[in-house]
Amino acid sequence: MNGNVVVIGGGTAGMEASGQLARAGYLVTLLEKAEEFGGHLNNWYHLFPDRRSGEEVMKYLDNQIDNKNITFHKGIRIDNLEKNKDKFIIKINGGKEIIADAIVVATGFDLFKSERKEEYGYGIYDNVITSVDLERKFRNGDLKLNNGESPKRIGIVHCVGSRDEKVGNLYCSKLCCVTAVKQAIEIREYIKDSKVFCFYMDMRMGGALYEELYMEAQEKYGVNFIRGKVSEVGESIDCELIVKVEDTLAGRPLKMELDMLVLMAGMEISQGSRDVEKALGLKTGDNRFFQSMDNHFGSNISNVDGLFYAGTCTAPMNITETISHARSAVSEVINYLKNGSD
Amino acid sequence: MEVIEMEKFGFTISTGRQIDYESNDRRIAEYILEKEPSFRLCIECGGCSSTCTTANFTLFSLRELNILIKRGEIEKVRENIKKCMLCGKCTLVCPRGVNTRNVVVLTRQALQKADYYAI
Repeated sequence: MNGNVVVIGGGTAGMEASGQLARAGYLVTLLEKAEEFGGHLNNWYHLFPDRRSGEEVMKYLDNQIDNKNITFHKGIRIDNLEKNKDKFIIKINGGKEIIADAIVVATGFDLFKSERKEEYGYGIYDNVITSVDLERKFRNGDLKLNNGESPKRIGIVHCVGSRDEKVGNLYCSKLCCVTAVKQAIEIREYIKDSKVFCFYMDMRMGGALYEELYMEAQEKYGVNFIRGKVSEVGESIDCELIVKVEDTLAGRPLKMELDMLVLMAGMEISQGSRDVEKALGLKTGDNRFFQSMDNHFGSNISNVDGLFYAGTCTAPMNITETISHARSAVSEVINYLKNGSD
Repeated sequence: MEVIEMEKFGFTISTGRQIDYESNDRRIAEYILEKEPSFRLCIECGGCSSTCTTANFTLFSLRELNILIKRGEIEKVRENIKKCMLCGKCTLVCPRGVNTRNVVVLTRQALQKADYYAI
């Protein structure tokens, strides 16, 4: 087999793509800016819809990249990235040069910075946290308020940084609804006498087994769903959060006191992706994610020959979709290396 | 001295439309949930209201009453729940399998019991 392939980004998509390429006999260089592989998966305690542990998926991915055909570079930064005829030239860490016949861009997403929705009080009130903060609390086994007490009433706000013109993100991040339902169930299991309220605009339970999980949250765990976008969060003198929302199904404004509020932060194209975009003149859509050449049958193909996308740098995706997308990127790479661009 | 009734002069006190979740009384919702757990599964789709004969002729919405019960806004429920003729068509169309007819029956029971401080 001929061909050196560089995979940029060592998260779920990058690890899967590297493993599959290496198995097919190609020489792969996997680049990751962080000190460890795994990307956002490292933040996740349990995954939806079956609540499998994030570590279990990490184990699978570690196993995938355990291959002598892969060269690893962790904690690196890319100084220069250019294409010269059919070759990509990548300079890393102030000097080292890597030549590649094809590139897989698996640079992923960044979590929306919830401080930007100032009205929700993230970074202002101690007991307003994000979905990722909550996963960390689950993982560390310390789901407590700042004063050390167990929260009894927890609110979950959907669509934080998604479907919101005010922050420039018109798209749906797609995974937050099911994450909210999963986390609501886990809170109810963790704190038996707690009450959980989900504030949603639409419940988008489009994936396999999502709707069933939603039903289970209502039936078995008594999670309350209130349709309305939270407009403001304040704090009372005794540190209770006061949430204002319109209960749109009752057609009335509603005010409620909560101990803790969890914000379902959405997904945005990552800074790493934007750096690659600038270096090689890659096309992006209105949502700032990479725009592939065809929505239906070319979702891995970029506007640069020999450069292919894998995973959430093109759109919000769950783990299952990310792995499938990485595999289809590999099939595009192999086709390109054998037949050139058609 | 004669008490001056300000309302005679066109002054009223605005009660406000906000649902104050903390001060509301959700005993009726709890009573229904205990006896008819399928009540939890309502997703407020409005299927019940659209098939409802009463809703097609009067200002009656079982969907809205479901929400008001859950929020503890009982006065409107009390005014309206009598309008249901218990035909059960709503139960036939519910996509989540809520026994809506029984919810109406239990709401009436609960309101009666609440009046006698029995729940």
